[in-house]
Amino acid sequence: MFFILITGLLLGGTYALIAMGLNLQYGVARIMNLANGEMLVAGGFAAFWVYTAGQVSPIAALIVVAPLAFMVNWLIYRIMLRPLVKRAKSRGALEVDSILATFGLSFALVGIMSWMFGGGYFNYSYLAQRVDIFGSSYGQNRVVAFSIASLIAAGLWLWLSYTRAGLRMRAVAVSPESARLVGIDVTAVSALAFGLGGAVTATGGALISMFFTLDASVGVLFTMKALIIVIMGGVGDIRGTIVAALILGIAETFVARVIDPGLTLAAAYVLFLGILLFRPQGLFGKKPT
Amino acid sequence: MSTRDIRNLILSALAFGVVALLPFYDTGYILSIATTMAMFTVLATSWALFSGPTHYISLATAAFFGLGTFVTGYGFQTMPYWSLPLIAAVLGAGLAGLVGMVTLRLSGVYFVIFTLGLAELVRQLVTWVQNRTGQRGMYVLTSITESHIYWQLLGMAALVFLVGWLIGRSRLGFALRIIGNDETVAKHSGINTALAKVLLFMVSGAAAATVGAMLAPRYIYIEPSTAFAPLLSFQVVIMALLGGTGRLWGPLAGVIPFTLLWEFISRHAPNQTLLLLGLAFLLIVYVLPGGVVGLQARLKRRFGQGGH
Repeated sequence: MFFILITGLLLGGTYALIAMGLNLQYGVARIMNLANGEMLVAGGFAAFWVYTAGQVSPIAALIVVAPLAFMVNWLIYRIMLRPLVKRAKSRGALEVDSILATFGLSFALVGIMSWMFGGGYFNYSYLAQRVDIFGSSYGQNRVVAFSIASLIAAGLWLWLSYTRAGLRMRAVAVSPESARLVGIDVTAVSALAFGLGGAVTATGGALISMFFTLDASVGVLFTMKALIIVIMGGVGDIRGTIVAALILGIAETFVARVIDPGLTLAAAYVLFLGILLFRPQGLFGKKPT
Repeated sequence: MSTRDIRNLILSALAFGVVALLPFYDTGYILSIATTMAMFTVLATSWALFSGPTHYISLATAAFFGLGTFVTGYGFQTMPYWSLPLIAAVLGAGLAGLVGMVTLRLSGVYFVIFTLGLAELVRQLVTWVQNRTGQRGMYVLTSITESHIYWQLLGMAALVFLVGWLIGRSRLGFALRIIGNDETVAKHSGINTALAKVLLFMVSGAAAATVGAMLAPRYIYIEPSTAFAPLLSFQVVIMALLGGTGRLWGPLAGVIPFTLLWEFISRHAPNQTLLLLGLAFLLIVYVLPGGVVGLQARLKRRFGQGGH
């Protein structure tokens, strides 16, 4: 039981980072990015490639992966998504457009990645030793991935809470119209948030690739999980995202160990269903009036 | 019924009659493509019945379709064949009703996300049940030929068009158009928006499940991973949007070219089908919003009444 709890927490920590990336993109930039999982897989592939080709540790690879992902996502926002934001008559119209556009992006990315890397599975062995915590042993790579994810998540949270740039971002998340009135460049902040979200997700992908087997088409599964976490935690709510990610990590691990490893998505759906029925505004969200 | 309605009805009936003669001409490759087209016509048209007016993007088609194939797979030996599509329709409507009741009272995003994973969820559950009962895939060996399936699908297409036409004229159809334009207005004018949406989603779910039940004999061997392949949902969305959802015939205008293109790409560059799907999505968003129907309307406006 204790073992399940710790394994779940370790998994949930990495999920938290991925979902934070999505939450920045949806909460601040208002783009429901369904290509988020592909960004994760791309980050994982980059780490895999760097490790197998150059024997560079995936952690060191983050120094390249994160800025690169930031640039790519920033460009995606400026070139692809900004025109949609501009032409949208309402939030609903933007949602439909961005869902379709990012679906297109997601399929195109899967197509390109399976073209470049083939359709097979990718994993590599890095820090595969065991480490003992409270009498049970866990994969060292999982523990390391969890620690780095927590560090980055904490850094992001501090940055959002205590800096001026973070304040601007939170202002846009609350209300883009009012943010514009107090002199915030909403377009620039949105692009920044979208790029940052992509970088965070790709980082999560590089970390997850240390202990998880990826293939070109697995992205949508992670998109799905990240979406459920974001909705469960509440859109734009960092604290909620972290709690929801840990809950999902534990629930998935529990179902995989006790019932059947093939039912992990079902576990996520049970949580999702509960949220939709009882707290559609998210765990810590207030009821809209 | 106005004279225009009667004229359209006669023309459509004639078109169906001509198309139904195809199996007498060819029972090979052409019939197989035509069957695929007929399948996607029913799926995309019934998808557009719900998603067209409401703008809710449903990705649940594969879940309903898979459900239908499993109904045939389990039932074809013990139950009369004609009852299987009916059972599938009832189950499809039931699943759609459940999903609709949970998600359709909330904003569209929840619905998209829920339906995105629905096929995979049902697949996991079916696989789990099969593992517990020690069963794997199953063979559907019947005397049903491709021609029979084709005629069944044509009949189904006619039914969907008829239902769509009737809904368009009914209070329900009117209510849905208002919901699609402005849900708050719809609520304030006394429309039970959630009920209207759930009802129509059930219609489209029932249609997709029926198609699945009809097509099961074509696959011969059924297993969860192929029956619930999520790709189907996206193909249906693409075709419907490419054609346009503003008119009843819109999806058909997307089904025909896209099926041919898909066939061509999967023969000559089978690894590039996903890239094609992605590019088609981008094309719809950036170049053809409103699909062929929207394009036609824009051309008409640009060239004024001159064309008429």
